[in-house]
Amino acid sequence: MAEISFENIGISAMAGAVPKQVIKNREYTEHFSQEAVNDIVDKTGVEERRFTTEDQTASDLCFAAAEQLLADNPIDKSEIDILLFVSQTPDYRMPATSITLQHRLGLPKSTAAFDISLGCSGFVYGLSVAYAYANMPQVRKVLLLDGETRSKVYHAKDRKTGFIFGDAAVAAIIEKQDNGTSYFSLNSDGSKSDLIKIDAGGYRNPSNENTTKEKVVDEHGNIRTDEHGYMNGADVFNFVLREIPKNIKNTLAFSNTEIGDLDFYVFHQANKFMNDYLAKKLKLDLAKVPSSIHKYGNTSSVSIPITIVDQLKRKLDTPKKLLLCGFGVGMSWATAVINTQKINISTIVEV
Amino acid sequence: MREKFLETIKEALEVEDVEVKLEDNLADFDSWDSISRLSLIALLDENFEVEIADAEFEETETVGDLFNLVKNRVA
Repeated sequence: MAEISFENIGISAMAGAVPKQVIKNREYTEHFSQEAVNDIVDKTGVEERRFTTEDQTASDLCFAAAEQLLADNPIDKSEIDILLFVSQTPDYRMPATSITLQHRLGLPKSTAAFDISLGCSGFVYGLSVAYAYANMPQVRKVLLLDGETRSKVYHAKDRKTGFIFGDAAVAAIIEKQDNGTSYFSLNSDGSKSDLIKIDAGGYRNPSNENTTKEKVVDEHGNIRTDEHGYMNGADVFNFVLREIPKNIKNTLAFSNTEIGDLDFYVFHQANKFMNDYLAKKLKLDLAKVPSSIHKYGNTSSVSIPITIVDQLKRKLDTPKKLLLCGFGVGMSWATAVINTQKINISTIVEV
Repeated sequence: MREKFLETIKEALEVEDVEVKLEDNLADFDSWDSISRLSLIALLDENFEVEIADAEFEETETVGDLFNLVKNRVA
């Protein structure tokens, strides 16, 4: 059972970056009627999203976030011993994007750098890896970069996914601090790998002229290619209702935490309907459940940290106890109960 | 249970003012789509603690078919 804990490790600084281009969903009516679009927006709560340009990548957003973080905090680059890049939209199939970022950010060659390929659970998983390294006596600072360009993954003519996803990135510094114990529960269920998936373009079904052809994929007339993502929303919701409340209860028991002891519950921003129902089922105080779904949509692994950076700036200046919970593609899900001392949160930059 | 189920269906389909019968065909409701399915999943969880898989929705034609699925799972 991957229930793990760490003593005296924490996040000391965070910065976020989003593309300049704002997509107003209610005006995104090129492929669907105004009425259909309004129905989707009312239910999902995604009023706006940010889209990168054709040339921009997740690493460009991460670079901007990291530069802002380095500008706003007294960090000596030579102290960054580990660089992690969490994403499922890397720049290349090889090399790992983290390594290009090591050079671009001017970090020393002695920096360890590698990618973590996870979606909606990715920030919590990445944070657990960052904590594990930061826990080692030789490691001074870990730079955790988490960036996604989900706008490039889903097809605008597929209403099941075309209105939900957006692009963003966050940079965070993890290091030793005197803040007590933090807890992580990390989980996987590969039997449900086809609930959220891109079928082609990897090495199982390599890219060819057929995999890039648009086709009608269901009786509702939704259109995409085999190299675009798809999602079975109903079964994802069933999965979330079955696993997530249970996982949160188990993690609270593991960490000896009463649910009311937490200052904020930060969930993966799947969609407003799902998140509202989850909060209701868990009987959470909604004032403690920050949301950014209306501004940035679902940005996969970035949705938890961008919600912290956007909604909890200044609110984490004093010690707090947070619950973080990410769930999705894999299926993969992770819950953390972490203590924060002071997280210096930068203003989000637009690039 | 039948009454509670029909109320649940009406709420999910957002047709509170219409009479819904077990023999009604789900496809005849304009609002029966991937979005109302999410509502129904939440309401079935809340009211009956029952889970219906997407493939089962696909095989369901009438409101009565769905009622039978739920009834068998509650029992």
